[in-house]
Amino acid sequence: MIWTNILGWVQQAVPFAAFLALAALGELLTEKAGSLNLGTPGTMCVGASAGFITVYSYCNAVEEPSVVLILLISLGSSFLAATLLGLLYSFFTVSLRINQNVVGLVLTIFGCGLAEFLSYYFVKSESGNVRCEAAFRVFTAKIPFLSEKLGWFSELFFRYGFMLYVTIAAVILLSLFFYHTRAGLHLRAVGENPGTADAAGISVTKYRYLASSLGAGLVGMAGLFCVMEFKSGAWSTADVYTLEAFGWLAVALVIFALWKPLNLLWGSLIFGFCYWAYVYLPQLLGVTVSTDLMRMLPYVITILVLILVNLRRHKGDQGPAALGLSYFREER
Amino acid sequence: MKQGPSRRTPLFHIAKRDRMRPAAAWGVRVGAFVLALLLNALFVWCVVRVDPLTFYRTMLRGAFGSSSYLWATFKATAKLLCIAVALAPAFKMRFWNIGAEGQVLIGGMAAAFVMYHYTSLPTPVLFLLMIVCSLLAGGIWGLIPAFFKAKLNTNETLFTLMMNYIATQIVLYFYNEWRGIRSALGMLNSSTKVGWFSSLWGGTSDGSLLQNEDFWFIVIVAVLTVLMYFYLRSTKHGYEIAVVGESGNTARYAGIHVNKVLLRTMILSGAICGFCGFLTVSSQSHTISSEMAGGYGFTAIIVAWLSKFNTFTMAGVALLIVALEKGAALMSNTYGTLGFSAPAADVMVGVMLLVVIGSEFFIQYRVMRSHAGKEAETV
Repeated sequence: MIWTNILGWVQQAVPFAAFLALAALGELLTEKAGSLNLGTPGTMCVGASAGFITVYSYCNAVEEPSVVLILLISLGSSFLAATLLGLLYSFFTVSLRINQNVVGLVLTIFGCGLAEFLSYYFVKSESGNVRCEAAFRVFTAKIPFLSEKLGWFSELFFRYGFMLYVTIAAVILLSLFFYHTRAGLHLRAVGENPGTADAAGISVTKYRYLASSLGAGLVGMAGLFCVMEFKSGAWSTADVYTLEAFGWLAVALVIFALWKPLNLLWGSLIFGFCYWAYVYLPQLLGVTVSTDLMRMLPYVITILVLILVNLRRHKGDQGPAALGLSYFREER
Repeated sequence: MKQGPSRRTPLFHIAKRDRMRPAAAWGVRVGAFVLALLLNALFVWCVVRVDPLTFYRTMLRGAFGSSSYLWATFKATAKLLCIAVALAPAFKMRFWNIGAEGQVLIGGMAAAFVMYHYTSLPTPVLFLLMIVCSLLAGGIWGLIPAFFKAKLNTNETLFTLMMNYIATQIVLYFYNEWRGIRSALGMLNSSTKVGWFSSLWGGTSDGSLLQNEDFWFIVIVAVLTVLMYFYLRSTKHGYEIAVVGESGNTARYAGIHVNKVLLRTMILSGAICGFCGFLTVSSQSHTISSEMAGGYGFTAIIVAWLSKFNTFTMAGVALLIVALEKGAALMSNTYGTLGFSAPAADVMVGVMLLVVIGSEFFIQYRVMRSHAGKEAETV
């Protein structure tokens, strides 16, 4: 009984953690270069709706949708649509030097509206869900051998769709990129002190454009991942609000992880366990907890982390020093 | 990275303007506004093939076309303006208060709590208590991030952002508690009207302005707007805020207690947001929901930023944004079946805001053609 509950909790928390980690990874990449993109919720919505709409249309259009095309179309279009928003963000904050908070918030308003609008327009379901069964099966397909034959080990670690493993790989790759490559060093330099980076011949513009665009792309894919995993391949326009909330949660997770990619892995798990605690805590400990108050926890602990980090004043724990600041060479 | 200086000169280069004449700056903004209207007309034409003239006429009618449309527009404007006015002192101090949404929610929550639990209090006492509680709640919500900013220099953007969701969850908690097993909460005290504005004149209205809840909402916000204008412009506090905003070091040198100003201003900013929550609960929604602030907490940030802390300008900007929203709402009522759904309003507002904030670049900076030969030597 206890084992089933714990297992259930883990199996719910892990996929939740995974798409959150992927979204946070995108935002982290953006923030490492010094851009605080508050458009993340909007980007996530746009990525999700673009990916879902295209793959839904594709699956309806052909008799036997192919697995490869489903993956290419859904992930590709969500990545592309979100990257476009990221480009827009970079254009406004880097080229036009508009305040990052303002641009980000406008993109969230715009992105959420656009996602909802597109869903109405193309999917034409004003009431209830639209489901894309074929895509859902592709995204939740289990690894054949590992997911069945290893007993509890399989149950805990291999009962998930491939996106989880892609996310873990992406986190590790980006961590290697940040701390073990020259380009990663340059990127961090741009986020820490764009003036110095510029003087050293690193193009602040190039790094910020690339980081924001690709970061937004990851956020968009996380949106699609969320639809396929958390919403079981179903999409309704009301989901935009759910996704928006998750987008903010991803922004919180970046802080919680102290801007280090590897911390995202366990940080997101904690968020996932918090999110699902309202189901399993009563059964495990016999205490009833309010769903709403439990869902407050990730934000509360993020604030605590924010405070603790500043209490310790340890340099390595802080966010990029130039986070949120536009850079203009002539203004130094 | 060791190829030496690039020989290419960019086609354009950018220089900061000293200061654009106000008339010219407004010219740029109006130009951006017109451009955004054209873009939106194009968007509408692409979606539902409505020609621009019909589109603009429908938009105008939706915002100002009848007395009920007018009331809706002005009421929403007042709400947006109230939050923007609350943000003005914080932004002037360069404190990024992204937490207006949460401050409104928690203020409204406090007011609703009083009117839900203390129904037997005499009306004046009840209203006083509601106002005080909403001011306190909003003030505290603003004070917490300011306190940690002052003591530990935490990032206020991220901190206030997180506070929003804590407030949202608290409201959701009470919503579900009070709802019990009903499917929705409905209006609080709907039979007794305790704590409603209308209870101040006996619950039923004779239809005159003085007995109109919306009218008082708008009047109160108008008064606040004027007060805030003069608070920022002609008081010692306003001056201190301006100096702290320009440079913390200058302020310290001038003997201003930066932290004291910071805390005081954020309490004020949060308290006015909380007051907006009270106004919403008492005169508008008469209930709580996590949508009480309706995203205006975020839109108001953009309103305040665009208006450069001038509260009268804010009134104009807020009216424009709300008019766009209301106009788009009528568009979606009329053409909804053709695919012009309600969220299109957000798209149109988004396009408008992007173009208008983009135009700030041309006000701040000058773009010049580079003359290749000369430039290469001077660089």
